[in-house]
Amino acid sequence: MTPLAAAGSLVDTARRIGEAVAAPAADAVDRSARFPHEAMAALREERMLGALVPRNLGGPGATIKEVAASCEALGRSCASTAMIYAMHQIEVACLVRHGLSSPYFRDYLAQLAQHEWLIASATSERGVGGDLRRSICAVEADGSRIRVTKQAPVVSYGEEADDILLTARRAPDAAPADQVLVLARKADMRLTRTGEWDTLGMRGTRSLGFTLEASGSTDQIVPVPFPDVASQTMLPVSHVLWTSLWLGLATDAVGRARAFVRAEARRTPGAVPVGALRLAETVAELGAMSATVHGGLADFEQHQDDPEALGGMGFALRMNNLKASASRMAPEIVTKALAVCGISGYRCDSPYALGRHLRDAHGAALMISNDRVLSANAAMLLVHKDD
Amino acid sequence: MAERITDDIRAVLGEHGRLAVDVASLTDQSNLYEAGLTSHASVTLMLALEERFDIEFPDRMLRRGAFASIAAIRAGLEELTGAGA
Repeated sequence: MTPLAAAGSLVDTARRIGEAVAAPAADAVDRSARFPHEAMAALREERMLGALVPRNLGGPGATIKEVAASCEALGRSCASTAMIYAMHQIEVACLVRHGLSSPYFRDYLAQLAQHEWLIASATSERGVGGDLRRSICAVEADGSRIRVTKQAPVVSYGEEADDILLTARRAPDAAPADQVLVLARKADMRLTRTGEWDTLGMRGTRSLGFTLEASGSTDQIVPVPFPDVASQTMLPVSHVLWTSLWLGLATDAVGRARAFVRAEARRTPGAVPVGALRLAETVAELGAMSATVHGGLADFEQHQDDPEALGGMGFALRMNNLKASASRMAPEIVTKALAVCGISGYRCDSPYALGRHLRDAHGAALMISNDRVLSANAAMLLVHKDD
Repeated sequence: MAERITDDIRAVLGEHGRLAVDVASLTDQSNLYEAGLTSHASVTLMLALEERFDIEFPDRMLRRGAFASIAAIRAGLEELTGAGA
C-alpha cells in the first residue's frame, strides 16, 4: 500500500466511523455524560488507536497530518469522541517521538499496536492548577522500583483508559519544573475518584478527578526530560489535534446552517432566505478558521524533525496563537450558525439543533485557558524579536 | 574577562533566577532547570541579562539549552559581545 493510499484509508475510516457510529450516539453521550464506548470500540476494531506506531514496531506508521484529518472527521460527528481520540494520540505521539531509545517503550508501543490500548493523560495537579510545567508529586524510587501518588483534578476517560501518562517531579528533592513523564499501567495503579464530570460541554470525555497511586519500574519513565517532550511534541501536537477537531465541530455546525438555508430556499423559490447573507459570512469565517488550523498543521509538519526549531520561542508563539485563535473562532462560528438556523437550531429535537455544538465549542477556550496561553505569549514577546 | 562575565551572570541569576538553591552552590556546569529555573523565570533572566550586558539575544538563542547552565549563558554572551574568542 502506498503512503497516500494509507493516508486515505485512515481518514476515510475515521469519517465512516464518525458518520455511522459516533454521530448517532452523540446526543445520548452528551445527555448522559457517558463514555462514547460504541465509537471507541469501532476505532479500536479498525486499529485506529495504534495509528502512529511506526511500521517497524508493527503499526501503520501514520503521520500527525493523517491523525489530524481523522480528528477533524470525528469532530464533525461527536466532539467528545474526537477529543478522546486526539488526547490518546497526543500521548502516543510523545512515546513515539521520545521513547524509542528505550527497549521498554519500543516493546510497549509494539503491544499497543497489537492490543489497541487507550492511553489517558494526567498532567494537571491539585495545587498547581493548569500549569503543565510544574508538578508537586514526585517519583519515589527504591532501587529499580518507583511509586508516584498524584492528586489529579481532571483525567479525561481515566476510568476507561488502559494506561495513563502522568507528569511528576524527577525525585522527591527535585524542583517543581524538573519533571519527567511516567507511564502508569492500569494493573499497577489505583484510582480513587475525587471529582465528578458534570459540565456544560465535552461531556463524553468523562474527565473525572482522581487520586492516582501508581507503581512500576524505572523503565516506565520516558527517557527524555519532560520540558523537551512538552515543547517538541505534547504542546504542538495538542494544539494541532485539538484545533483540528474544533474545526470539524464548526464545520458540522455550518453544515447544519447550510442545510437549513437550502431547505428554506426550496420552500420559497425565487426569494433569497433571510439567513442566506449571514450564512455567507459564516462560511467565510469557517474558511479563515480552516486556513488557520491547516496552516498550523503545516507549520508543525515542516519543523517536526528539527528539535532546535520546535524548542524555539518563535514556534511556541505560533502554536499558542494557533490554539488561541482557533478556540476563539469555534464558538463564534457555531453562534453564527445558530443565528442562521434560528429557533430550529435552538431546539434540541430538530435536525438543525446546535446546542451541543455550542456547548462543546465553548470548552475550546477553557481547556488550557486562552488567558494562560496568551500570558505565556506576552512573556515570550518581551524577549522575542521575530528576527 | 571570562571571570567577570561569570560573576555578572551569577549576580543576575541570584537576583532574577528565583532558583530553589543558592547560586553560590552551583558550578558553571550545573543544570539551572534542575536548580529550579522555570520557563517564566527564564524570560526574566533573559531580560535582565540583556540589560546588564547591553545586548539583545537573537531568536536563535532563545532556547532552553542556551540558558541551561552558567557556562551555556557565558558562551552565548561571549558570542554576542565578541569576548573570549
